[in-house]
Amino acid sequence: MWKIRIVALILLIAGISVGLFLYDSETNPNSKSHFKLGLDLASGTQLIYRADVSKLATAEVSESMQALRDVVEKRVNVFGVSEPIIQVENGGLGNSDEKRLIVELPGVTDIKKAVEMIGKTPLLEFKLVDKNYVPSEEEKKDNKISSQAFIDTGLTGRFLKLAQLQFGQQGGLSNEPVVSLNFNTEGSDLFAKITKEHIGEVLAIFLDGEPISLPVIQQEIPNGNAQISGRFTADEAKELVRNLNLGALPVPIELISTNSIGASLGQDVLNKGVSAGILGIIFVSIFLILLYRLPGLVSVVSLGMYIVIMLALFKFIPVVLTAAGIAGFILSVGVAVDANVLIFERMKEEFNEGKDNAEEAIKNGFSRAWLSIRDSNISGLITSVVLFWFGTSMVRGFALVLGIGVLVSMISAITISRTFLLSIYKKSPGRFLRFMFGAGFKG
Amino acid sequence: MFVIKYRKIFLSFTTILVVASLILIFTWGLKPGIDFVGGSILEVSYPDGRPSTEEIQNRISNLAIGNYSVRPIGENGYIARTKYLNEEERIALVNTLSLNSSEKIIEERFNSVGPMIGEELKNKAYISIAVVILMTILFIAFAFRKISKPVSSWKYGIIAIIALFHDILIPTGVFVVLGKFAGAEVDVLFVTALLTILGYSISDTIVIFDRVRENLNLNIKMHNFKETFADTIGKSLNQTYVRSFNISFTTFLVLLSLYIFGGSTTEHFALTLIVGVIAGSYSSIFIAPALLLLMGGKDTKTK
Repeated sequence: MWKIRIVALILLIAGISVGLFLYDSETNPNSKSHFKLGLDLASGTQLIYRADVSKLATAEVSESMQALRDVVEKRVNVFGVSEPIIQVENGGLGNSDEKRLIVELPGVTDIKKAVEMIGKTPLLEFKLVDKNYVPSEEEKKDNKISSQAFIDTGLTGRFLKLAQLQFGQQGGLSNEPVVSLNFNTEGSDLFAKITKEHIGEVLAIFLDGEPISLPVIQQEIPNGNAQISGRFTADEAKELVRNLNLGALPVPIELISTNSIGASLGQDVLNKGVSAGILGIIFVSIFLILLYRLPGLVSVVSLGMYIVIMLALFKFIPVVLTAAGIAGFILSVGVAVDANVLIFERMKEEFNEGKDNAEEAIKNGFSRAWLSIRDSNISGLITSVVLFWFGTSMVRGFALVLGIGVLVSMISAITISRTFLLSIYKKSPGRFLRFMFGAGFKG
Repeated sequence: MFVIKYRKIFLSFTTILVVASLILIFTWGLKPGIDFVGGSILEVSYPDGRPSTEEIQNRISNLAIGNYSVRPIGENGYIARTKYLNEEERIALVNTLSLNSSEKIIEERFNSVGPMIGEELKNKAYISIAVVILMTILFIAFAFRKISKPVSSWKYGIIAIIALFHDILIPTGVFVVLGKFAGAEVDVLFVTALLTILGYSISDTIVIFDRVRENLNLNIKMHNFKETFADTIGKSLNQTYVRSFNISFTTFLVLLSLYIFGGSTTEHFALTLIVGVIAGSYSSIFIAPALLLLMGGKDTKTK
């Protein structure tokens, strides 16, 4: 008897301390272990890209996707997004060959900026003038250069080793910003070949399809160094250098899904979810106490323990909480009570069958209810697993919370509630205690 | 037990509800949301008060983005639903909603799903529902594997499955009505709600059937078939319905709180679950035992 009371006391103290810890870690501004909130609560943007891997050999796909992921991550990091998530995923049913890139940017709600920062590939090309090209009348009149007048050389930013910003190397204007390019071995060879074979011709440098510089080849350049000078300000040159160094995306990507939640909406959803949860817990507690009196109170205490355990798990696994996840948690509170109700009803039957020894009734109630608890939880677990597979990230949060809830509620009902009930029961109860136990059981 | 006594009334009532749901599903139909067919939702708010709906509609009509709908939301916002928008089209729409930047607007939410992703998710939803139903049938077969007398175990299984369909058809029917009058669209959360109902409604039925089985055995062993099958079922129900009700009621309470206080994101989700919980509880107390009597009655008499 005393042994079980001590165990109950220890459980209670442990529960309260974990609760206090949780409270502190949420309210303390210096805390590093806040709940992880999904984009729909914390606000932010999720972008899903389809990667065009059709031109790649099968063996190269996964490596290229990894490279794509790394490049995008670098670009995102340059912009100082905190804790971005960038994942490669296979397409779903029927499209399993398709590769996708999922980019989650907490706190970023400017979609335009986000799309630009990820997708902006500086496409650097070197082109020769097509001697057979006849400019149209309109072009002659406007003195414009059509990009059709040039032919590809195969030399692109892909062969770039390093880009640097320099000032005024080309003589003349000394403060003019110049972007100096350094090719890798392959690129250097190609560049040497082009410059050797086309001395005296124009080798145009195109950026994103626009000619930005039209230098004439003076001599063969064997060392793989080139320079772009001309039409940009120092800031533009700086940005170009940075983008060139970050590298082109190894695989072309196309945006196929966007999800963005603004800060005020996310906060509103979070607040409402939390208050719905608190009120739900209060309703259930009142119902349990009215219906089962003292055992009801015991189950409320063990429900409190359940909540504390769940919240602690959310923090330390960690579970990313979404609006659906919070709904799942609220639902799991209702379900967690189930096990207690099953046990109390079984105990009630034990009492009704004339078993006066309450301790035995409590123990029998627990062991006989176990089968029903197990059965009903198995179907819950099946659902959670399928939901997790089904899920978009929002539903996954729900499935995970529900699944964890099922497991934790099973454990908390059969261990915690049992310990508490056994610890408060008296072999020869007074009138008050008999009343308190009575409602639930002798009816 | 009154449930058994008036079983015909309950069975007829249920049949009407199920048939009505089916008719609604096939006539009005479910309104698929952008999760499954692709499309975009843009929610904006105007901190300095919103322009009139007509003005907004006139301006959007000038954009070449095809069909769209605009509804006021909250006190000073609009929510626009369109086909799948690319980045340029999105910027154009935002620009239009801000009346070419003459009104201050806040983009509360933008959600855009490509048609292919929608198609994929739709298939995934069908498969998920099929898998859960299949797993549940296997689970029922497993739970009832040992007992085959006097009522064969497959009958319990069939009835449990009928109850299962009842439990998801009713909320789906309600959702059709919700779609018609409140603009509710079938999204990922709706499917999630259905799957959750599938997972939870079955356990109630199993608990009651467990009791019927237990009492049938008792009847054979101790009373030598003195009790009629109807009495056995009635007795089993008497022993379990309070618990069934209490369990569903606690779940109902938390869902109600989620529905009332949980905000618009999970509002339809909570409502679907509430209807499912009620339907599930109702079917396990009123329908499954009555069907069991209907299907298993002969088996017990011949003994």
